[in-house]
Amino acid sequence: MTNKTTLFKNVSLSDGTVTNILVSGQVIEYVGKETKDSVEEFDCSGLIAMSGFVDLHTHLREPGFEQSETILTGSKAAAKGGFTCVHPMANTNPVADNSAVVEQVYALGEAAGYVQVQPIGAVTANLGGKNLADLGKMNASAANVTVFSDDGKCVSDSLVMRRALEYVKAFDGVIAQHAQDPLLTVNAQMNESALSLKLGLTGWPSVAEEAIIARDVLLTHEVGSRLHVCHVSTKGSVDVIRWAKSRGINVTAEVTPHHLILTEDLVSEYNPVFKVNPPLRTSEDVQALRQAVADGTIDIIATDHAPHTPDSKDCEWGEAAFGMIGLESAAAIAKTTLIDTGLIDWKRFEELLAINPAKISKLADQGQPIEAGSPANILFFDPSTSYQVDSHGESKSTNNPYLGMRLSGSVVHTIYKGTFTVKNSMIQEIGTHNDI
Amino acid sequence: MKHLLSTGDLDLANSLELLNLSVEMQGVNSRDVKKLPSLTGRTVANLFFEDSTRTRFSFEIAAKRLSADVVNFTAKGSSVSKGESLKDTVLTLEAMGIEALIVRHHHSGAANTIANSYWSNATVINAGDGTHQHPTQALTDALTIRQALKGKEDSGDLSGIKVLIVGDILHSRVARSNIDLLKTLGAYVGLAGPSTLLPSEASSLADAVYHNLDEALLDGFDVVMMLRMQMERMNSVFVPNANEYSTLWGLSSERFSNLKSSTLIMHPGPMNRGLEISSEAADSSQSAIVDQVRNGVSVRMAVLYKLLAQESSAK
Repeated sequence: MTNKTTLFKNVSLSDGTVTNILVSGQVIEYVGKETKDSVEEFDCSGLIAMSGFVDLHTHLREPGFEQSETILTGSKAAAKGGFTCVHPMANTNPVADNSAVVEQVYALGEAAGYVQVQPIGAVTANLGGKNLADLGKMNASAANVTVFSDDGKCVSDSLVMRRALEYVKAFDGVIAQHAQDPLLTVNAQMNESALSLKLGLTGWPSVAEEAIIARDVLLTHEVGSRLHVCHVSTKGSVDVIRWAKSRGINVTAEVTPHHLILTEDLVSEYNPVFKVNPPLRTSEDVQALRQAVADGTIDIIATDHAPHTPDSKDCEWGEAAFGMIGLESAAAIAKTTLIDTGLIDWKRFEELLAINPAKISKLADQGQPIEAGSPANILFFDPSTSYQVDSHGESKSTNNPYLGMRLSGSVVHTIYKGTFTVKNSMIQEIGTHNDI
Repeated sequence: MKHLLSTGDLDLANSLELLNLSVEMQGVNSRDVKKLPSLTGRTVANLFFEDSTRTRFSFEIAAKRLSADVVNFTAKGSSVSKGESLKDTVLTLEAMGIEALIVRHHHSGAANTIANSYWSNATVINAGDGTHQHPTQALTDALTIRQALKGKEDSGDLSGIKVLIVGDILHSRVARSNIDLLKTLGAYVGLAGPSTLLPSEASSLADAVYHNLDEALLDGFDVVMMLRMQMERMNSVFVPNANEYSTLWGLSSERFSNLKSSTLIMHPGPMNRGLEISSEAADSSQSAIVDQVRNGVSVRMAVLYKLLAQESSAK
């Protein structure tokens, strides 16, 4: 069988080199100045090729909440955003706390065929916070889970957190913590501030995040394990993580696109599309998070893509669900907040969205450099175009905080395992799934 | 002005207009036949998702005195998960041709949500939403203060008047509404309460913040407004216990007797006698607590009249 070959000409790499990329079958066969013969050829002048993005924090809602998203629709949204791998969180129904569920999620991802769906396992059974989930069996399963999180809930019990960190050392796993002291955030609705006081909404104080991170980095140091901090949202959290890294503690941290651009004042009209956990913070926090991305304190950008049905947002603030979608807009938001502001270059951009998350998750076929022999997981990004966000995305849900906004930069092609999932900005029909 | 959601939305002119209209309504309410034909043929709904007797009655009486038809909807604790959603309730009333929704809700911002939604074109009047706002209570309090300190027929603002609000500022929609309106009317506003119930962010809202009631009372306030203390605050560790709260923050007979005799005593009700306020203070000749209730009807008539009779005829 001869492999189909595709040549991408005159494309920039993240280090600024202008080159040609030849993809053959599922691998990158050649990167260089030569014009290789190929079946198909694309002029990519002005486009930037990067290793396919890897999202370490996604909610695909299947099994259990298919009215919001399915593994197929979420995978398509991911491909549209330039991702070739996503990590669905464990808060499904049933919870992904055992090998049967993670294997099913993994298999549905394979069947959909748009991205690698690499499940995250729960830390505790049924996200209950008391007993450990089947951590070892999920790691040994066909899904090969290495990242564990009770996301949506914090592993707040210090002993359970310590044991989890110790336990996953056996297979070099990592605990991804949703840092939120539950007792400091009972019924919390938004950032605690003068605005929350004015609006009469129960505050979610920064210290509820920072205190858990401080405890967790000390526990991680004590037992010599590996900690990943989900969706860092405050200036104080950045300070704690910076301190921990300076002490050599093995901690990594993520920030979401929305925490890099949106601020709490959007809550003023009680529009639940802006209700998210952790909450939108102040512009001072946003600036600190951007700086932390630039100086390496924060390692990755992860979407926390959280689809919800229209009903769960078309209601009073106090009844509304937490979360917003973000897979399709992530790259544009990251560009707007980090590249356009001069804080980082494209090399760092690629690290944040592809290289580093793959390292944290220990993935062999993702986050590899664009060079001969690497798996053909690539996206081509056009930094010069802009587009208006509408509700016709690939996600099944439309709880999109950027609706109506003009975003700068868009994904032109996404290649997953050598196959176009997105070509000329259009999602492609692929995979062995049955469309219903 | 289509809705009344927050006193923060009222400018000085609007505030004075509503207060002066309320004085006119007092005239109506002192007549033998307490009825105006202004809202004949109009239908308003009391939409109460939270227990309330006095506010609901007050709105109902106000609407009836303006000749409106009134329907009452009471649904305690309704939610998406437990039953019909707020959206469906509002859509239902909209379909029945309700022109004004008077909304009391346990969630902050619920009235804003209805007003901003596509669910309804009705005028929305916030009758208390969570711990956010209770604008007609603040208008009532402002009218009561003005008439007590400046005379029944005064039509001006409250500049030069010092008002102290005492207690659980954090959870009080009455406090928020009063702070916004009193500031707009030019009053000097002091807040007093334990730090847990009067967080540091509150200093941006007022002219002075006190964490000691006796110090606050030395500063010569013309009005002392005591807020209701919910017993559940003790359980959620905001204050140690009822006895300590009463001792430190209650308007005891001793504290009351030390006030200048012109000091106006207010409480939005319902009172916990012996906890935040002593009967000596509540029942004294300086107490305006009964006036607050009485004026509530006139103020709500003024609000309904302005939003439904004036604003819609101006269209």
